[in-house]
Amino acid sequence: MQQRTPIEEQIDLPFVESLRISFQSLKIRFGRSIITTAGITLGIAFLVSVWTNNEIGVALQESGRQSTINTFEETTEQGISTKDIWLIVMSLIVCVVGIANSMLMAVTERFREIGTMKCLGALDGFVVRLFLLESGFQGFSGALIGALIGTLGAVLLGLKDYGLDLFFYFPLLPAQPENGPMQLGVIIVILLGCILGMILAVIGSSFPAWRAAKLPPAEAMRTEV
Amino acid sequence: MADIVVKTEDVVKEYRMGSNILRALDGINIEIERGEYISLMGPSGSGKSTLFNMIGALDRPTEGQVYIDGQNMSQLSQRQIAAFRCHRVGYIFQSYNLLHVRSAHGNVTLPMIFAGISERDRNERAEKLLDMVGLGDRMYHLPDELSGGQRQRVAIARALANDPSIILADEPTANLDTITGREIIDLIKRLNNEQGVTVISATHDLKMLDVSDRIVDIRDGLVERIRKRDEIDIEVGEVGGEGE
Repeated sequence: MQQRTPIEEQIDLPFVESLRISFQSLKIRFGRSIITTAGITLGIAFLVSVWTNNEIGVALQESGRQSTINTFEETTEQGISTKDIWLIVMSLIVCVVGIANSMLMAVTERFREIGTMKCLGALDGFVVRLFLLESGFQGFSGALIGALIGTLGAVLLGLKDYGLDLFFYFPLLPAQPENGPMQLGVIIVILLGCILGMILAVIGSSFPAWRAAKLPPAEAMRTEV
Repeated sequence: MADIVVKTEDVVKEYRMGSNILRALDGINIEIERGEYISLMGPSGSGKSTLFNMIGALDRPTEGQVYIDGQNMSQLSQRQIAAFRCHRVGYIFQSYNLLHVRSAHGNVTLPMIFAGISERDRNERAEKLLDMVGLGDRMYHLPDELSGGQRQRVAIARALANDPSIILADEPTANLDTITGREIIDLIKRLNNEQGVTVISATHDLKMLDVSDRIVDIRDGLVERIRKRDEIDIEVGEVGGEGE
């Protein structure tokens, strides 16, 4: 037993240990993790489907088939209708709010756990790192699945609208037509969707986790959800 | 000279509730000797849990100082406070506060992970501690699969993980039935006797009176009186009889 020795400094944990604890937490809380991840998946699926759908539309217009498509839509000279811009912006907002909300809830219900870990000697930084890892993983996997679902949805929709022509002109890669708007291509859209989902998930969880970690443990443990 | 392990100097804690300021502690001065079993008693809202939090470095006083092992707690860095919570104190709570994603064994090893103890050593020690509290056969159960008394035993084993010199117990028996509560008290008392751990317990469980060396009565954020155990022997007999 220690007697009157000066109080030492708490050590940093190896990264592997944080990784192990965060994965264990995800595994045991599997059902809850799935719901949080589903929130991310849905947000990104919506965004990516709208975006990809738009990319497909633009690509097929560029290919000279615009006369048969978008017949009931007002098309601007650049090929992107105001309705499409509106849809993309809306889906982006839904995605941001949805993901931020599901991460925020997931962290808030764990304030007590954060307080308890601090009682046992966890450093603030360790707590934040745990949430960073957990949410980064959830964000990436959720967003990847979402992006793939979204793309699939957009492709099915495209097949309905354009038939098999879709595959001849499929905007897989970025393109810069001479007299058209820059096209990102589906791969870039998927990639951006994944990055966005991951960033939103990480911000949405590590910000409240950081706030909770800064609280004195007594206060964190008092927090009721 | 007595070996003072905890000393508080005019500790004041205020909470802001909207525009009102609630003074939960109004200048507390107590000294606790090494190896003592102290009960902080008082009705709910008296400030005993707040004082408990101050002593355990779980919250910061608004005014005044807390010294533990002669160290002024307000002068410690974040890292030192984390190390203090990790090595010097073991906490036991009314609602157990086990991490429900970790098994009993996982809960007991966590403070040892924070202390940087090797995997082999911590597994060995966790098994020993869980055996000691009578949970040798339920080591890998999740807290949700354990009864209240068993969960509190896990909490006790976890509190002992890094061989602390102080055990802080906040209403450890409040969620337990009389018999289980008694067993938990006996277990804590045994640690106090056998390992010389200082026990500081916030409680209004009268069963805790007769194991305490001293009882500090807290009322309205002030120390109302401090009684030694031999001064209250008769009282315990009466109240204990009534309570059973």
